[in-house]
Amino acid sequence: MCLAVPMQLVSRDEDLGVVEIDGVRREVSLMLLADAAVGEYLLIHAGYAIGRVDEAEAKETIELLRQFGEVGEAARW
Amino acid sequence: MVEPGAFADPAAVAGLARRIGAAAARLPRRITIMEVCGTHTNAIAAAGLRRLLPPTVRLIAGPGCPVCVTPVGYVDRAEALSRRPGTTVCTFGDLLRVPSSTGSLERVRAEGGDVRIVYSPRDAVAIAREDPARTVVFLGVGFETTVPTIAAALAEAEASGVPNFLVLSGHKVMPPPLRALAGDPDVEVDGFLCPGHVSVITGWKAFSFLPEEFRLGAAVVGFMPTDVLRGVLELAEQQAAAAPKVVNLYSRVVTPEGNLQARAVVDRFFAPEDTVWRGLGSIPGSGLGLREEYRHRDAATIEVEVCEPEEPAGCRCGEVLKGSIDPPECPLFASSCTPASAIGACMVSSEGTCAAWYRHERYAAGRP
Repeated sequence: MCLAVPMQLVSRDEDLGVVEIDGVRREVSLMLLADAAVGEYLLIHAGYAIGRVDEAEAKETIELLRQFGEVGEAARW
Repeated sequence: MVEPGAFADPAAVAGLARRIGAAAARLPRRITIMEVCGTHTNAIAAAGLRRLLPPTVRLIAGPGCPVCVTPVGYVDRAEALSRRPGTTVCTFGDLLRVPSSTGSLERVRAEGGDVRIVYSPRDAVAIAREDPARTVVFLGVGFETTVPTIAAALAEAEASGVPNFLVLSGHKVMPPPLRALAGDPDVEVDGFLCPGHVSVITGWKAFSFLPEEFRLGAAVVGFMPTDVLRGVLELAEQQAAAAPKVVNLYSRVVTPEGNLQARAVVDRFFAPEDTVWRGLGSIPGSGLGLREEYRHRDAATIEVEVCEPEEPAGCRCGEVLKGSIDPPECPLFASSCTPASAIGACMVSSEGTCAAWYRHERYAAGRP
């Protein structure tokens, strides 16, 4: 039930926003994230934006994962 | 945009599994890690992550599925409301088939009751606006992630003058049951994988009490395979070093303080109250009830006749929710209790531990 999906905010009109992922568009309420900016990836839950994805943090995590992967490869060979 | 597939990268998964094996070799004994989120339960089962772990690292599910922990008395009241003339009951889909003492909301709907599944609490406000003569009751079941959306719907109903939108609050918050489990001598848990999307609202600091008060590790994690495995690795390493602490491994969406705006909307409408959890009993301050000044929005004030609540006979949901048994240890599991004809809430809800095991792990557990 606590499933939340990252979708990109493509437009907003006051408290209502339009978000999109993979060509699917949805209208969501921005009442719980009033400072959401067009272009940001938001976390959507039950018709509301409840959070945002920090791209810099996401990239840092992926860099870390790459290192885990490399260690794995080295150990295998 | 960061591709989500990166968080399921096979080489990273394999590397993490090996590191967990290395950390486990340093453990003095078998450890148990509990997750407390239905979405984690499903992610772990669907990806088969348990099979990547060494036998000394046990990964179990706790009370993380909101529908599963909702006591039968709540469902009975919802059912009574749905039979009430002039009343429309709106709910998220998961609650529809949960057994009440005498039937289910699905059965009431089949008999002509006005029960509607909505995607968002906003949809229920729209239904109330379109039909002002009906009383529209939204079934408020959910944790910190969901409660702000229901509070926002209440704010919308207040602001736009929709008096016939009411909420039957069965909301729950996570820290009190974790506190109860951490302090229960019968529950053997060495660390918690903390719920990622609850933490989006509460902030990761909400789980600081686990190391501080109980010397238990706490890792806030996301829902992709590498997210979960990083949490397991962190907790295994903490355990090996006997140095429990709280760590945020879901930093791409979770901040220290969470979503303050969402928390303020919740605080406007709801106040902590004691509430009953299936399997855990009544836990002080673990519920969120409507504040006195919004009594006119509280569907619990509508008088309906409800029977004495009765849990399904033989169902061991309560023990599954505490992590004291795995689903295959229940004699009903995969015999008389299946997703198609479920007896217990943990099998009914798609997020339930029994449903996850049935779908993904029953062959591994040796059940047909």
